[in-house]
Amino acid sequence: MSDLSYVRAEMLPEKAPPVSTSGAVGWARENLFNGVGNSILTILSLFMVYLVLSALLPWVFSPTWNAASLNDCRTILAGHEGACWGVINERWPQLLFGFYPNGSEEGTVDQRWRPILTFVLLFVAVIPVLFNMISRRMNWVLLLGALGIAFVTRGGVLTMIIGVALLAGAAYVAFQLFNTNKVDRAEEIASGAKRLPNPLIFSAVFPFLAPWLLWGGSIWGPIGALFGFVIGALVFRAVTAVAGSLMGIIAAVLSAVIWWLFLMGGFAWAMESIISLGLEPVESRKFGGFMLSITIGVVAIGCSLPIGIVLALGRQSDLMIVKSLCVGFIEFIRGVPLITLLFVASTLLNIFMPPGSNFDIIVRVLIMVTLFASAYMAEVVRGGLAALPKGQYEAADALGLDYWKAQRLIIMPQALKISIPGIVSTFIGVFKDTTLVSIIGLLDPLGLSNAIRADANWNGVVWELYGFIALMFFVFCFSMSRYSMYLERKLRTDHH
Amino acid sequence: MSTSIEFDHHADRSHMSVSDKVAIEITGMNKWYGNFHVLRDINLTVNEGERIVICGPSGSGKSTLIRCINRLEEHQEGSIIVDGTELSSDLKNVDKVRSEVGMVFQHFNLFPHLTILENCTLAPIWVRKTPRKEAEEMAMHFLEKVKIPEQAHKYPGMLSGGQQQRVAIARSLCMMPRIMLFDEPTSALDPEMIKEVLETMISLAEEGMTMLCVTHEMGFAKEVANRVIFMDAGQIVEQNEPNEFFDNPQSERTQLFLSQIL
Repeated sequence: MSDLSYVRAEMLPEKAPPVSTSGAVGWARENLFNGVGNSILTILSLFMVYLVLSALLPWVFSPTWNAASLNDCRTILAGHEGACWGVINERWPQLLFGFYPNGSEEGTVDQRWRPILTFVLLFVAVIPVLFNMISRRMNWVLLLGALGIAFVTRGGVLTMIIGVALLAGAAYVAFQLFNTNKVDRAEEIASGAKRLPNPLIFSAVFPFLAPWLLWGGSIWGPIGALFGFVIGALVFRAVTAVAGSLMGIIAAVLSAVIWWLFLMGGFAWAMESIISLGLEPVESRKFGGFMLSITIGVVAIGCSLPIGIVLALGRQSDLMIVKSLCVGFIEFIRGVPLITLLFVASTLLNIFMPPGSNFDIIVRVLIMVTLFASAYMAEVVRGGLAALPKGQYEAADALGLDYWKAQRLIIMPQALKISIPGIVSTFIGVFKDTTLVSIIGLLDPLGLSNAIRADANWNGVVWELYGFIALMFFVFCFSMSRYSMYLERKLRTDHH
Repeated sequence: MSTSIEFDHHADRSHMSVSDKVAIEITGMNKWYGNFHVLRDINLTVNEGERIVICGPSGSGKSTLIRCINRLEEHQEGSIIVDGTELSSDLKNVDKVRSEVGMVFQHFNLFPHLTILENCTLAPIWVRKTPRKEAEEMAMHFLEKVKIPEQAHKYPGMLSGGQQQRVAIARSLCMMPRIMLFDEPTSALDPEMIKEVLETMISLAEEGMTMLCVTHEMGFAKEVANRVIFMDAGQIVEQNEPNEFFDNPQSERTQLFLSQIL
């Protein structure tokens, strides 16, 4: 028998890793004290953290919450270093809502429940889009509950009755939700039990409901606008069946635009004269604070993704005209600072409008910020498209899927997944860029902070205001960042 | 590049007959990439039930040829008629041909964001408008046929190469194609996995599927094909039935090629 010969008699069993590399001790050894250099760095970093916190924390925990002016703060602090939180205590409603009617002026009512309700409903509308693990019924509990509380707190007999009915509905659904477990419910549904309507219906209605809640006016305006989409969809379905999808799209867009331009006004006026239903109008110049930032941010974020996708596809198109239009748009918008676009929105645009027409300043800003974000989004999505192997397009083609189906079912789900980090970065960037509107005179939190510091009581307060604004922005941006990480984890399909 | 894979030589394959109905007819077809003349005057008629293996050195245009049959590549001259439909720039004809012709790629090209089952049901549901339940039953039927029904709810990334390629075959079969194109289906696989894929392809051939297969697996060609086509420099150099082709090649180029690989 030669020395080279070897045969394994039995396979080796799996063993646990050595203790020194696992558990808390193993973790610390590997990550903090891995060698002399790293140990020194760890100790130095801990010392730095201590220095920063020992300077910052006494400043943060300062007993000035109820101070009425900067001088008050100085008296309370009696020479010690400390923050003057009285300014936040006094002005936080303004930082959140700007000059939205709060009932302090003669003959006005506190309307701030409207932005609050809009904000809550925003979450209800967005949850089924962002998370699919929340059950249908949970969504309806949230929606009915939010509306119920809004109605009940409005006072008045009729609204009270509606509110109580909504809350009862919410309670009933919640009771059902907690009384059946998931497995039973899945069986019930499989055997054909009735399900609640899809909560995405509300997500589709919300974009029409929100402006009405914020700006007020007749409810028939937003309903008319919604009708435009319904008409477009019906026309699309009818024409596509006869003349193909391209003609369908053209006819749908035309009919919807005709409705919006010529017929909608008459419809809204007629309905308003039959059933007058509306909220007290609030002018755009009263908007301000985080309410304004969130409004601009949410609209820009919500609209820029679909527009960006269309632009990215257009840029890859074989059709010369479509392609050059998209490239031209993207390169122009990306080549111009947002500030310039905002100045165009605030001053130049009015020159080109017919005299006497009143094109709302916030709407103008919304359009500009959305276009700006779309151009960046298009490039992010294009990056995702470029990262997809050519084989995916070929496999989709070989199965007989047409262009739009291949895009929708195969290409976009993968391209968007690849681009999640870039997309969310753009979202965060856009949200922070909303502070630029203070330069054209809109009172976003930064604009307001200047106004607040102009007050004799708070002249000289800087860190507290900017710290508060920074914290608010951080909460939103950090949540977006965390959500994107959650989404990336959820969409991973390459592990066991 | 000889294959060491052994097939059951005693299996009776006499029932694998060829009908005289024409499935694919290619006449005077030419194709260029820019100025490069990649396919030159291709004339090829494929009858229903034929099992054709196309071989040749790399760059000889064999992949391009079968990719022209479902218009993943456009030809510039001549005509390709698949199942009575001529391939032209008319997208409706192209989609019709594509839904009748299945294709298996060298790199599988499964959709990584969908489960195995969803990969298989996607085209039947969206192209054929098959109800989801029916499509799922059919998908399970074909997954059983390629012997991986237990993987139906996994994602492609969790499967081995051989399993992925068998899923790709099942995915094509779910569209009930009349013709199957294989573009080097085993070239990206380990030797251990090549056999499982070839066996799947053999069982498909035994059921009478019309197959065009670009491959270097000469064992497969000898065993299953009723015609072997040798291509070089964008043209068909020689074609014959497998025994004659391998034992008695006529052209010098074919002889050289066979002496290199066998």
